[in-house]
Amino acid sequence: MTYDVIVIGAGSIGLPAALYLAEKGQKVLVLDPEHGPGQQNNKKAIGGVRATHSDFGKISVCLRSIEIFRTWHEERGDDIGWMDNGYSFPAYREQDVKALQALMRIQHGYGLNIKWLSAGEYQALVPGILMDGLLGSTYSPEDGSCSPLLVTNAFYFHAVKAGVEFRFQEAVTGIKSEHGIATEVITKKGSYKAGMILNTAGNDAREIGAMINDDLKVFPDNHEAGITEPVARFFGPMVVDLRKAPGSANFYFYQNIEGQVVFCITPDPPILGIDNRSTSEFLPICSKRMIEIYPRLRNLKVRRTWRGQYPMTPDGFPIVGKSLNAENVIHAVGMCGQGFMLGPGMGELLSRMCLNETTDDDLRVLQSFDPQRDFSAEEAFK
Amino acid sequence: MKQFRIEEHPILEVPVLDMISFYFNGEKMQARRAEMISSALIANGINVFGHHHKDGSAQGIFCANGQCAKCTVIANGIAVKSCMTPLVENMIVQSAEGLPTLAEEVEPMEFKPIEELECEVLIIGGGPAGLSAATELGKHGVDTLLIDDKNALGGKLVLQTHKFFGSEADSRAGTRGHHIGQILAEELKQYPSVTTWVDSTALFVFSDQKVGILKDGVYKLVSPRRILNAAGAREKFLRFPGNKLARIYGAGAFQTLVNRDLVRPTERLFIIGGGNVGLIAGYHALQAGIEVVGLAEAMPSCGGYKVHADKLSRFGVPVHTSHSILCANGNETVESITITQVDKNFRAIEGTEKTYACDTILIAVGLDSLSEFTIEAEMAGIPVDSAGDALEIAEASSAMFNGKIAGLKIAKAMKGESVEDIPESWYAKAEVLKAHPGAIKAYQEILDESGVIPIIHCLQEIPCNPCTTVCPTNSIKTEDGSLFALPRYTGSCIGCGKCLLICPGLAITLVDYRKDPQTPIVTIAYEIMNMSLKVGDKRMLMDIEARELGEFEVLAVVPYVKQNTQLVRFAVPAGIARKVAGFRVQDPQVSVALEEAIVPDRISDEAMICLCERVTVGEVRALIRKGINDLNQIKAITRAGMGPCGAKTCEVLIKSLLREEGIPVTDVVPNTKRPIFIEVPLGTFPAGGGK
Repeated sequence: MTYDVIVIGAGSIGLPAALYLAEKGQKVLVLDPEHGPGQQNNKKAIGGVRATHSDFGKISVCLRSIEIFRTWHEERGDDIGWMDNGYSFPAYREQDVKALQALMRIQHGYGLNIKWLSAGEYQALVPGILMDGLLGSTYSPEDGSCSPLLVTNAFYFHAVKAGVEFRFQEAVTGIKSEHGIATEVITKKGSYKAGMILNTAGNDAREIGAMINDDLKVFPDNHEAGITEPVARFFGPMVVDLRKAPGSANFYFYQNIEGQVVFCITPDPPILGIDNRSTSEFLPICSKRMIEIYPRLRNLKVRRTWRGQYPMTPDGFPIVGKSLNAENVIHAVGMCGQGFMLGPGMGELLSRMCLNETTDDDLRVLQSFDPQRDFSAEEAFK
Repeated sequence: MKQFRIEEHPILEVPVLDMISFYFNGEKMQARRAEMISSALIANGINVFGHHHKDGSAQGIFCANGQCAKCTVIANGIAVKSCMTPLVENMIVQSAEGLPTLAEEVEPMEFKPIEELECEVLIIGGGPAGLSAATELGKHGVDTLLIDDKNALGGKLVLQTHKFFGSEADSRAGTRGHHIGQILAEELKQYPSVTTWVDSTALFVFSDQKVGILKDGVYKLVSPRRILNAAGAREKFLRFPGNKLARIYGAGAFQTLVNRDLVRPTERLFIIGGGNVGLIAGYHALQAGIEVVGLAEAMPSCGGYKVHADKLSRFGVPVHTSHSILCANGNETVESITITQVDKNFRAIEGTEKTYACDTILIAVGLDSLSEFTIEAEMAGIPVDSAGDALEIAEASSAMFNGKIAGLKIAKAMKGESVEDIPESWYAKAEVLKAHPGAIKAYQEILDESGVIPIIHCLQEIPCNPCTTVCPTNSIKTEDGSLFALPRYTGSCIGCGKCLLICPGLAITLVDYRKDPQTPIVTIAYEIMNMSLKVGDKRMLMDIEARELGEFEVLAVVPYVKQNTQLVRFAVPAGIARKVAGFRVQDPQVSVALEEAIVPDRISDEAMICLCERVTVGEVRALIRKGINDLNQIKAITRAGMGPCGAKTCEVLIKSLLREEGIPVTDVVPNTKRPIFIEVPLGTFPAGGGK
């Protein structure tokens, strides 16, 4: 079979890319080793979506994602649980106030709606938050959240409707290439030809890159998350605590549209590799930090926890661009745990890249994500 | 105010009530000190505990086991599972209407380090299997920790008020289940290497080989070298229109309310499922003074022991074989049930619908082994065994025996050569004890019509023989001497009545020709003494098929206090004496159908498949027809399985729907199982030291 585009990975990036390509008339095949869409890390995402990043690339892609999420119900009819509950980064240390406010100046430069709240103003937004030592908080009301599970399936069903062919339980085992062109994608069940190939393989991105001798610096590390029972809405925005504590770096939580609090912590030092089994360490560490900053949470019942990966790059920025060794292969990998929020915007961008429709803004975005960059910079809140 | 409590029970001791006050939705009520809030509410006639935030439907008791959240109430401002939260004096209890509000004011919290412990063997579950295994490990001095999530050891034995099957030597046949639990727990105390924790729930076996355990509300981490999963089984649910109504639940929940908490959750009960669980629940209901309107079993005969089914039928509870539930009817709670005859493919036969008024429906349609802990231990790389229902669904007599085997096997694995080999005969015995009922045979032909003759109404092969071991003249033997074969009368009965008193099926009567061969005296064992009878009362005598043999006067009632059993005598014509299997206790009026059957005009797809998240069969069927066979994707789209119970109820239902839609079992992708086993407040984890 010959396709216009083969997408490797039916996840946060691959699904939107497939949909938008098919809607532009492309014949698309999506290959994925799992049983269905979004079964690797997409379903592990906690659902927060923000445009308040530190660079033009992520800001611009996420702004578009937010636009797509926000209007999805209206435009396409499916409920994806979008809620513009905003993001907040409360500061309990002078150094955080300085860093956050410096970043805000950059963010304002890109036209983002983000403001500084006094401790009192923040308390109104997050009633019961620890006031002792609170110096204020950022608040970006246009950021929000929605259900990765519903989003994924919405993209999947629209993609199926648009004619995308999905082959699940088909891990890519090799890519044949000749004279700098990838000619065939091989799985255990068959081989497929395409004009373009998108590597949106998440955890497996590095292995896929290696099939065409590209050295993609994508190294997954493990994160754990949890969700509680639902209760009546009691606070607004995502709360991100930037501080470190023994065993963990930052952590964050929000109340989703169902009323459940979803939470996640960044282990410190990072736990490299791929291991989806839950550890005994996560709940004690994460719940302690959550209750310290928000004592009310102690009576909220934990329902479920899970573990997934952030496919990390050395500088915390995604790798998006053409392969050096096969010019018809585009990598869109290393989303660093932000694949879900980058997904829709990135999908559109990839569809333009495949069809040579990139705009000047797109090219500027792609500079941030250049596969050939030197990776020495560091994303402010990676 | 009227209390719905069991004030008189033929088997269980009714404790002297120490009553306290509490408030429900502003109304002052009385309850037993420290009983579960759910039982306090039920005792006060409250069966609706709140309304679901998704569809406003009434919620009430469902699992009575802390596994779901349908019994949630707000107690002193905090949303709690009422079946797991003891009542305290003057507690303010409110129904949970929609989503609960998270309490604003909280006590400052003290963070203490989490206690970490090590043990050689961790046994999860202190029921018949776990206790028997622990005993073996104790005998061999293996360092063992046995945990159970209830406040007393014994597991489901605690709820079994009937005499046990099996053999006296191996599984204490003839002793009542709740006593067996106490005996096993007591025996365990002599082994210093075994520690037991009650009120201790295993939450997960983590990848770092630590088991998170909530003990009396305090979180602990235990590192075992081996695990025995003896956590039992969970009941299957059914999909039918109206299954979302409150007051539909499993037999386990029912037995917990009735036999543990001695409350009366229903006045008129209907039971679905004729396995031993359903049949015994019916019997327990009668002992609790509850009217049992009927029992329906989809198969042409009950899957449970025939003696159980016979007993229930002759007491006056109609057992409708080849019948299934068509729908439950009612507004918020069950008001009636419609059953229908089914053909051999279990399809409803139109025109056979009958509706019966009832207030509660028990679903007793089988059990599923609780496999989570085994899977988790394997994933964590901890050697794990299973025993009891967690290994294979069978009777408790079997669980005790395979628990013993598992215990010795683990002892041998830990201690090596010093531990004796497991005798081959144990495995053979284990096979017999878990055997399904065998052939049904005819009554034994006994020509002699003089003296005293025991009539054995036990015509189906089951692993049970206490009548043969109790007989002082050795006059009862099984056909081939094995545990499984039918008992037959072989000799010289002296009329002592011991076989009547020990038979778990109440399936032996005595016919005494000595005084008057034309009108012999029939002796019947009886243990529903809450429905008392006295000399001179008339009772309808019944044969084994629950056919009426005529009304006769009670000649004598002889109590046997130790056995909680009475021997009741009637003088009857010789022609029917040997047919008498028992007498009716429930008025046939209880089981009269309504004049017109209520037949649902709804299509069956309105039945709920996920009660927690209120997902209908129709929603899931539509996805299956789109080609989805992955339970994870069905969950992602519908939320079926994302609720508080963690797919414990809906997973089986969705799998059965997939089968119905023609998807081979091998193609179905199961749900990913994640921590934690039950919902636990966030504040539990960092506290370590607890409240």
